[in-house]
Amino acid sequence: MSGHDHDHDHDHHHHDHDHSELSETQLRVRALETVLTEKGYVDPAALDLLIETYEKKVGPRNGARVVAKAWADPAYRARLMKDATPAIAEIGYAGRQGEHIVALENTPKLHNMVVCTLCSCYPWPVLGLPPVWYKSAPYRSRAVADPRGVLADFGMSLPKDTEIRIWDSTAEIRYLVIPMRPAGTEGWSEEKLADLVTRDSMIGTGLPKSPKDLK
Amino acid sequence: MNGAQDMGGKHGFGPVTPEPNEPVFHGDWEKRAFALTLAMGMPGGWNIDMSRFARENRPPAEYLSMSYYQIWFAALEQMIKERGLASGDEIEAGHSLRPAKPVKRVLSPADVAKTLHRGGPTERDTNTKAEFKPGDRVRAKNINPPTHTRLPAYVRGHVGTIERVLGCHVFPDSNATGAGENPQWLYTVRFDGRELWGANGDPTTKVSVDAWEPYLERA
Repeated sequence: MSGHDHDHDHDHHHHDHDHSELSETQLRVRALETVLTEKGYVDPAALDLLIETYEKKVGPRNGARVVAKAWADPAYRARLMKDATPAIAEIGYAGRQGEHIVALENTPKLHNMVVCTLCSCYPWPVLGLPPVWYKSAPYRSRAVADPRGVLADFGMSLPKDTEIRIWDSTAEIRYLVIPMRPAGTEGWSEEKLADLVTRDSMIGTGLPKSPKDLK
Repeated sequence: MNGAQDMGGKHGFGPVTPEPNEPVFHGDWEKRAFALTLAMGMPGGWNIDMSRFARENRPPAEYLSMSYYQIWFAALEQMIKERGLASGDEIEAGHSLRPAKPVKRVLSPADVAKTLHRGGPTERDTNTKAEFKPGDRVRAKNINPPTHTRLPAYVRGHVGTIERVLGCHVFPDSNATGAGENPQWLYTVRFDGRELWGANGDPTTKVSVDAWEPYLERA
């Protein structure tokens, strides 16, 4: 066994009581990295770059730019809805875990929400790496059966007659929700609009900020 | 496999608890485990479906007690050992004790950006015709393979509607076992909440999965 099965704190919220178990995992990860480096299978400088990419460069700010452009530019919106992968590549986002992207547009009558019940599939190039809750059992189990209950966990409530559409990412298609443009943003620049777009609003577990939230 | 990873519709896990201002990684070991997993794909020679199976193929109690990066790390360690790239005693010792196995490629720092940008597209050219078209009614087959599959249990046996034809894609059930890519037509299949969950379902809810043609039969 690999010393991985002692951490019962899978939601990561309280690390104090399991410090020794985490240290065990830390030591084992370090040991494996040393072995793989000594054997020449990995270059630690490449590992540093991978980490830096997803910590600093790739994150929900990318997706926010896509959404803002779709809000501001009807021709772009049309391209995005028709074939999202090349439309997103136009602004430079592409690649791993975003090879085949589909954009889903929310309307007053339809709310889209994305899950991966089988693992943690998530559109990395536009949203970065998924948050812990997205990969957690509560979200993966309930999103498909009780989406209104899940939305309530996020403090969100939709009208009773709004259809809720859940997209379970069971293949290599990755989904990006395009939330509705908030009222009172007429004439805003794409840059300013992007400040309203939250990560959760692009998963479907939240709404964009409203103009007054920025003040 | 009908393992703990197939979570759709299961009860008892409690509420979703988002963490305010969550960092990308929780601690240094998660960063290293993540990066090692990405970097080892190249010398390791496994594909994403093999990785997913290595992650899910463990006793349910173990799967459910591990954090996500612990699962990733355990699967990585296992695939490395299975392919003879390193052994348990070396990991215990924290040092290489034997010569490396020859590998085709190692991820260099200069290649990181372009490798990520290229990704791993799964759509493939085909001479075959798609069996189904949008609007067709289909039943998700009742299949229960002990090997890797991407047809979640909660849709098996249920009838839905083809919504989109997504092209011909690598078939994970074959790819995960080393039997080759065996590309198959892929569809978005939409189900009514009531069809999946009966009277407990929300009539205003629709759920879709992306399902390969071998998972489906005409209804």
